Amino acid sequence: MTADAAPAPMAPVPYRVTGRRAETADTVTLTLEPVGVSIAEPLPGQFTMMYAFGIGEVPISVSRIGPGRVREQTVRAVGAVTRAVCATKPGQVVGLRGPFGVGWGLESARGRDLVIAAGGIGMAPLRPVVLRALSEREAFGRITVLIGARTPADLLFTDELDVWRARGARVEVTVDRPAPGWSGHVGLITALVGSVDADPVRAAAFVCGPEVMMRVTAEALIGLGMPAVDVRVSLERNMRCGLGWCGHCQLGPLLICRDGPVVPYGHAVPLMTVREL
Amino acid sequence: MNTLELTGLGPLYDALRRAGYTVIGPTVRDDAIVLAELDSIDHLPYGWGVRLAPGGYRLRRRDDGAAFAHAAGPQSWKPFLHRPRVKVWEADRTDDGFEVKDAAPEPGRLALLGVRPCDLRAIAIQDRVLTGGRHVDPSYAARRDGAFIVAVNCTEPGETCFCVSMGTGPQAGPGYDLSLTELTGEDSLRYVVDVGTEAGARVMGDIQAGPAEPAVVDRARAEVTAAADRMGREMPALGLRDLMAGSLEAERWDEVAERCLSCGNCTMVCPTCFCTRVTDTTDLTGDHAERWQLWDSCFDLDYSHLHGGDVRSSPKSRYRQWLTHKLGTWHDQFGSSGCVGCGRCIVWCPVGIDLTVEVAALRAETAQDGAG
Repeated sequence: MTADAAPAPMAPVPYRVTGRRAETADTVTLTLEPVGVSIAEPLPGQFTMMYAFGIGEVPISVSRIGPGRVREQTVRAVGAVTRAVCATKPGQVVGLRGPFGVGWGLESARGRDLVIAAGGIGMAPLRPVVLRALSEREAFGRITVLIGARTPADLLFTDELDVWRARGARVEVTVDRPAPGWSGHVGLITALVGSVDADPVRAAAFVCGPEVMMRVTAEALIGLGMPAVDVRVSLERNMRCGLGWCGHCQLGPLLICRDGPVVPYGHAVPLMTVREL
Repeated sequence: MNTLELTGLGPLYDALRRAGYTVIGPTVRDDAIVLAELDSIDHLPYGWGVRLAPGGYRLRRRDDGAAFAHAAGPQSWKPFLHRPRVKVWEADRTDDGFEVKDAAPEPGRLALLGVRPCDLRAIAIQDRVLTGGRHVDPSYAARRDGAFIVAVNCTEPGETCFCVSMGTGPQAGPGYDLSLTELTGEDSLRYVVDVGTEAGARVMGDIQAGPAEPAVVDRARAEVTAAADRMGREMPALGLRDLMAGSLEAERWDEVAERCLSCGNCTMVCPTCFCTRVTDTTDLTGDHAERWQLWDSCFDLDYSHLHGGDVRSSPKSRYRQWLTHKLGTWHDQFGSSGCVGCGRCIVWCPVGIDLTVEVAALRAETAQDGAG
């Protein structure tokens, strides 16, 4: 990479929205294609800084990598910038920087059983793991996907779950509060851990969701006999630059944009148990 | 290494100007010794010293005419290298969305005259944070590349100084182009000059400066050595990192939070605090956007904002973040302590919180817990 070709680290690269799918009442998945040059290909678990022109920039999970230079990113409208991004229509342009952070390390899990546990929008950064593992089905052992959400209406990627099952994943879904017509599990995601189809000592687990969900899920998986180093979680803090300069994403010794967002549960647990760290 | 001698700094100032540098140095302004562009070498704070205390700063007249016999002032060199407000880029809407034009880094060819050993180390620490990782901050790198550093060994530590504890002074470590030791005489000032780089040698080659006599060099070295014994504060560095990691639930944080105003002064005067916020704006048409990088502080409530609320909503958690980062987790992130012992955070805290006292209290509490 020459100095001329390297994009300035703070400059968003224009991407056109070529598809927009409403996942839930407040969450959309955007299909993005580069207008000109593209950013580097993300690894599953990495994120980009997504820019809404003139409004601001937020860290957003990559929820699908490919085909080719196409990306999907799933955004929940919780603030001014995410509301603007969610409101983007096909044909409009957003900016991307990155990808940033370390991913799930799926490569290191080749040959092992996989446990993928997602709470709410936590499914977004895990979807590339599911898709990549299923696309190389023979490279991995048994694959279990556990999904928890507050209500059936808060579930993401619902039209894909049967496809994942058909391609060889066990997919279990639970909700905190059922709705009329819901015939699936009700209750915490930890109640699904018993249905994990994996050899605990040769499995790798990837867990993403609210911090409390990640803690109880990780503890339940460790309770099955999984070593804590084989359980990975994805952490979230305020991010302004993605480059390790701005300081905002500190969590104890970690700069989440640089050292995370994915960290082994054993590293995360002492940081997740101190209030306001 | 060359050791030269100068009587007076006029020739050095002129040589720096001839080499194209804007000279920044200490000068008296608004009852403080501030760092500013020097129009003339006569504007150095000759004959001024300072009296420092927790939450207190006063100028005092000295008996001699020394220019560098004052400890750290309200600014570090940080504003000159890591600018408080940087325009990162501007962008305009186009048919294909938008086009981003990087803002040219502010030109800067600065000679920093009078950099203390503590502040010299602080510059090295900011170098590591802003240019030593995977991504290089272009604004900082441009200012830093253009900087010429004239360090001054410390012969007059202040009441709030503890560079010896942090291993940063009173003798300047590596990183200077030239290093001075000021010697006051009956009617003149003499400077022993150590040359640190080729650039330093070129500037000195432009001046009529003879080698320093061994006796003069010995006196200069002795004055710096003696300064090490006159530190106003100490903060034993041994075990500091572990102390921070092991004190996250200490009761002392509640106590200090009753005094801390969360004003962020300590982070502004700290020569190593580097945090920034990224702010995006548009003009009224909405077709022209800009991105700015502004100094930020971990004491600001908004600093830790997540969609669920602010992670560090209590002043206690924000003070703990600042101190444990500075003295502890900085090692994990950037391979060194973030404290250089300059004492500015003690002096410029409006309620006089003294981190050396806080660390001692944390040590005592931990020792007690261990004993109990």
